[in-house]
Amino acid sequence: MGKSVLVIEDEPNIIEAISFILSRDGWHVATHSNGIDAVEAVRARRPDLVILDVMLPGRSGYDILRELRAGPETGGLPVLMLTARGQPKDRAMAEQIGASRFMTKPFSNAEVLEAVNDLIRA
Amino acid sequence: MARTLTGTRIRDRRTMRGMRQADLARLSGISASYLNLIEHNKRRIGGSLLLSIAAALDVEPSALSEGAEAALLATLRQAAADRAEAGAELTQVEEFVGRFPGWAQLLAAQQRRLGALEQAVEALTDRLAHDPHLAASMHEVLSTVTAIHASAEILVAETRIEPEWRERFHRNIAEDSARLAEGARRLVDEIEAGGQRDATLSSPQDEVEAFLSDHDFHIPLLEETPTPDAVEGVLAQAGGRLSTASARLIARRFLDLYALDARALPLDTVAQAIPEAPARLDPAQLATRFGVDPGRMMRRLATLPGAVLADLGQPPLGLVACDASGTLTFRKPLAPFPLPRVGAACPLWPLFQALSRPMMPLRQVIRLAGRSEGVFLTHAIAQPYGPQVPNRDPMFEAHMLIQPTTVDPAQDPASDDLPRVGVTCRICPKAGCRGRREPSIMAEAL
Repeated sequence: MGKSVLVIEDEPNIIEAISFILSRDGWHVATHSNGIDAVEAVRARRPDLVILDVMLPGRSGYDILRELRAGPETGGLPVLMLTARGQPKDRAMAEQIGASRFMTKPFSNAEVLEAVNDLIRA
Repeated sequence: MARTLTGTRIRDRRTMRGMRQADLARLSGISASYLNLIEHNKRRIGGSLLLSIAAALDVEPSALSEGAEAALLATLRQAAADRAEAGAELTQVEEFVGRFPGWAQLLAAQQRRLGALEQAVEALTDRLAHDPHLAASMHEVLSTVTAIHASAEILVAETRIEPEWRERFHRNIAEDSARLAEGARRLVDEIEAGGQRDATLSSPQDEVEAFLSDHDFHIPLLEETPTPDAVEGVLAQAGGRLSTASARLIARRFLDLYALDARALPLDTVAQAIPEAPARLDPAQLATRFGVDPGRMMRRLATLPGAVLADLGQPPLGLVACDASGTLTFRKPLAPFPLPRVGAACPLWPLFQALSRPMMPLRQVIRLAGRSEGVFLTHAIAQPYGPQVPNRDPMFEAHMLIQPTTVDPAQDPASDDLPRVGVTCRICPKAGCRGRREPSIMAEAL
């Protein structure tokens, strides 16, 4: 059983592309596309790593991360945050809440691969 | 003593007419040496002497007095403060205004324009954070670009990709590029619409104040029919003058209050109750007589037509109100008593003293430091507003009515000891002021 990742993102074609490259890289990929029950999805699937979009339907990625960090099982889970706005305050907010890595859209596939592999090694 | 502009103007007018100092002094009934002091702005001048000098020079007294210039001087001083490195000769600002009124107006107009543009730039810079439609369009475009970018990279990088996957990413790219085209068009629309929204280049408060100033803070339609329908009518007439939703909201709040005030205090009834002597105008007493709170009485007095006051021998009335934080919530400035446009006012104003003595009407004669050293009669009071709930501290607001007045040092020796207040610290010359918050750019502080 290889490394597993849960992609929480609401853009279907981004999900598809990310899933494709991560699968090719040997990851077991699961996806989830709304914010409301994202935390439950993480708890149920227990992935090695989470890719989390900030702007999700139903609930903000920041809120989801806050709840993950507060939980005993998910407190130390590596989380790569994705956002369409790379303003310094967004980055500061993500860091303060405890994002393991922060990436601004549009990103390249190679950047995503490098980031997730770095995070799982760390 | 602060330098005043009047002396410089008298001197200019006299030399323009080719008149000798001694001759003007004789015609005005004063000594030549006293006139010399006046001309060099070393003596204040007002009242009957100003009238006789104006008559001797054959000019309107208003052409010599400086009241109307106070706002202009304040703007120029602010301009000098904003660009201190330019080294504008602040001590000669009054001379400059006196000698080159047109240039001074131009400079002041540019200063105001600059302020408006700076505000606009700030609003535009902040737009992504403050305009949810723009942010949504931007988010949409970036997400679509990301999807296209990721799919295209896969097609290029993965040489041994299965045909069905290749097919699928091609289709995704086609879909997403159509969405991107649509999103980009919407983004452009948002940016253009934003341009129109910000076209006025001024804050909502500025817009409302300009609108009210056009009407001299008097709205005849609401005097005839003080009803919500009439308020809608006034707003409809204002049209593009109030271009933003905030400006319309602020204006509506003012007009609703105006209508209530006008209904409680009809114009004719109030006009009949106003005494002809300015010194006897007492808003607190009038409030008791009409059974309204003093704040409402002050607002009503300040919205009477200038002509009605003038007929009664009353100088024009300015009004300023603030909430408990000291933020100015209502401003009707007078030319000789400008109110700060941005930033905080002078803490020595009776308006703020009133806040620490709730329900106590204050009547004070004050002198405005610097500028023309104009003297003003003020009435101030702080009172609760809004619904009063048992066991909960009330919210307080304060009102201050401002009326230009004169004092005669000969008859009233105490007039030299009048409290001196400023407009705002930065352009106030008062030395050793206990209320000072920031250094002044004015010279007297030495």
